[in-house]
Amino acid sequence: MIGELGQLALCFALALSLVMAVSGLMGARATALAARKTATSSALGMLVFVGLAFGTLTYAFVTSDFSVMDVANNSHTLKPLVYKISGVWANHEGSMLLWVLVLAVYSGLVAVLQRGGERLTSAALGVQGLLASAFILFILFTSNPFLRLDPAPFEGAGLNPLLQDPGLAMHPPMLYAGYVGLSAAFSYAAAALMVGEEGWARAARPFMLIAWIALTCGIALGSWWAYYELGWGGFWAWDPVENASLMPWLIATALLHSALATEKSGAFRTWTLLLAIAGFSLSLIGTFLVRSGVLSSVHAFASDPTRGFFIMVLIALAIGGALALFAVRAPTLQGGAAFSSISRETTLLLNNVFLVAACACVFVGTLYPLVLDALNGTKISVGPPYFALTFAPIFFALLLLVPIGPRLGWKRADLKAAWQALYPALGLAAVAALVVLAIVSPRGVAATGAFAVAGWLIGASILDVRKRKGARASAFAAALAHAGLGITLMGVAGTTAWRSEALTVVAPGQKTVVGPYTLRFDGVTREKGPNYIADRAHIALMDGDKVQAMLLPEHRFYPAEGQDMNDTAIHTTGWRDLYLALGDDRGGGRFALRAYVSPLAPLIWLGGLVMALGGFLSLWGRLRMKEPAPQPAAPVMAQAAE
Amino acid sequence: MKSGRGLKAATVFLLLAMTSAAQIVPVLAAPAGETFSDPATEARARNLQRQLRCLVCAGESIDDSGSDFAGDIRRLVRQQIVDGKSDSQIEDFLVARYGDVILMKPPVQPDTWLLWLAPFLVLGVGGAVAWVTVKKAASREA
Repeated sequence: MIGELGQLALCFALALSLVMAVSGLMGARATALAARKTATSSALGMLVFVGLAFGTLTYAFVTSDFSVMDVANNSHTLKPLVYKISGVWANHEGSMLLWVLVLAVYSGLVAVLQRGGERLTSAALGVQGLLASAFILFILFTSNPFLRLDPAPFEGAGLNPLLQDPGLAMHPPMLYAGYVGLSAAFSYAAAALMVGEEGWARAARPFMLIAWIALTCGIALGSWWAYYELGWGGFWAWDPVENASLMPWLIATALLHSALATEKSGAFRTWTLLLAIAGFSLSLIGTFLVRSGVLSSVHAFASDPTRGFFIMVLIALAIGGALALFAVRAPTLQGGAAFSSISRETTLLLNNVFLVAACACVFVGTLYPLVLDALNGTKISVGPPYFALTFAPIFFALLLLVPIGPRLGWKRADLKAAWQALYPALGLAAVAALVVLAIVSPRGVAATGAFAVAGWLIGASILDVRKRKGARASAFAAALAHAGLGITLMGVAGTTAWRSEALTVVAPGQKTVVGPYTLRFDGVTREKGPNYIADRAHIALMDGDKVQAMLLPEHRFYPAEGQDMNDTAIHTTGWRDLYLALGDDRGGGRFALRAYVSPLAPLIWLGGLVMALGGFLSLWGRLRMKEPAPQPAAPVMAQAAE
Repeated sequence: MKSGRGLKAATVFLLLAMTSAAQIVPVLAAPAGETFSDPATEARARNLQRQLRCLVCAGESIDDSGSDFAGDIRRLVRQQIVDGKSDSQIEDFLVARYGDVILMKPPVQPDTWLLWLAPFLVLGVGGAVAWVTVKKAASREA
């Protein structure tokens, strides 16, 4: 019964999304008042019915209703409640339903907030309706989560233990909030091309910000999960699935900056529209890469060619349609803002050039092996060394420019004054470089450079906050986000340059020295978790003769899934992580132990958090601000620091 | 003879691929007992291991992966180091056996020129477009 209810709700949602598409697009005409009302109410109705369908599936998972095939394939009665719930989206069908739910939430927000003119909003809702109906059709025809099994099995097949983790329970909803959030920017851009209405960049900005914040958090969560769960101490592997989330982030970052110029000074209007289209297109391509099984990794739980084909057609229609609209309508938009070559507009343009090149690098690095294999059967791998030689220098150059932009005013600015005001930041950069050279070994050109740039970024952010008392929230938001970049950079550089590791076999009672730490192995006990059996190692972190902390890395066996898993133990001081993973049983109570000392590793995710906070601050400032923004103040003539 | 060996290697590879696809589980790479006592040689081995891709994993190097395949290649690399082979000789040997796909860093050859150049082409074209845009905007400003 419950499955049929979900199915029915999804069918109603499909009908409403079609109504929303038609009425929204009709409402783009000046006189179609009734159509606009219909679009708004059908958006809310669709949200209700998609929510109902999602709630139904969640109920089936929580109650372990194995007559629903999706539940039987991906759940188990012994699974803890939180993983029964996260199991809803830890599989292909459920994750697509989550995707549609997030799309419905954003459509509802567009309908309720009514940002921008009536016609603009209506057309944007129409485009959202088109996207929603396409994805609901995809679910109903190729990925229906409500299919029944008869007879219902007595027990479910369980969930990959890798995915039974709090970090990964939150990772997909966060990432989808980002991916799908870009759909709102896409829809507003398409709407702006249709009705030619200005101010779309301003109307869509909160959605861009929410999407960017969610992507930032989602990527950070995923990287953190990889760090503590996969047991090799790394935080980013340039895995295609990671890349699929990085590309929309890079374009969303470019979009936030470009849209700012469009909004404040009317510059780059067509370019901003194109970026909004590109951002969501990359989200769709990311979905295709992950869902079609083109890349097989832990993320690709779908390996069905019909699904891949359906998504490919969907992407082609969405991207092709939007680009066709762009090609026809963009030339009719007025272009050509006037600004001096030394101005904030110029720096924002450079920001976009570097971000787009960085994105191109990830794009080519991810897709080239697939294309080359398809073309002539040559198989190559594009791994971290490629990105170190291409992505890293491009992104590094971008970071060098970051502090200068916010110091220049719109239209026309004084570069010399801006430069002089940044002297203290340069000083901090020099100090950071000297500290690295003087006290930390081994010395490395890359680490020294990275710390200098981090000092430069953080120093400039401090100056921005200090010098501009009474500045709007946006200035603080930018300073926070840019400082976050510096913090993450320190974390990445620190772990990369100074990580040390030890691989040993330990016997009970034996002491081992790893970097600055002394560890005592107190043996292994057999523990019983809710749905696994674990070998838990008891390892004492010693301070002289005293035990400072106990670390308990585990080796788990999940009988329902028949899989082994490692659970790492991490002791952090905030500045440095001690990271332990238990290896195999070497007999006689002896075990293999892998230990890493990762200096500054926590800063990687702290920086992500700071960036996201910057985004929140900006969003808060935006939503508080009801009236159109006052004209930008006269160029900021920053004084040289005393 | 040669094709026989290739067939055997392919079978082993397929079996490995199947077993590890069934359980993509990060069991530890546990190379205890397969480390060199000389730190310089050990560092060289580790560096080499990081440049080689585990062919049955999701993008991990043989240094990071705990799969049987990665363990086999690690032992092979270390044996060749003991035999006095140079890094490039070892890489050439592995490329001859498994193809370029085993290298984390794609080779620079005609069919990968675009891969290596594309980011900088985009940077160059983007820079040129930005230059023209700024010039135009500045002439309007003046």
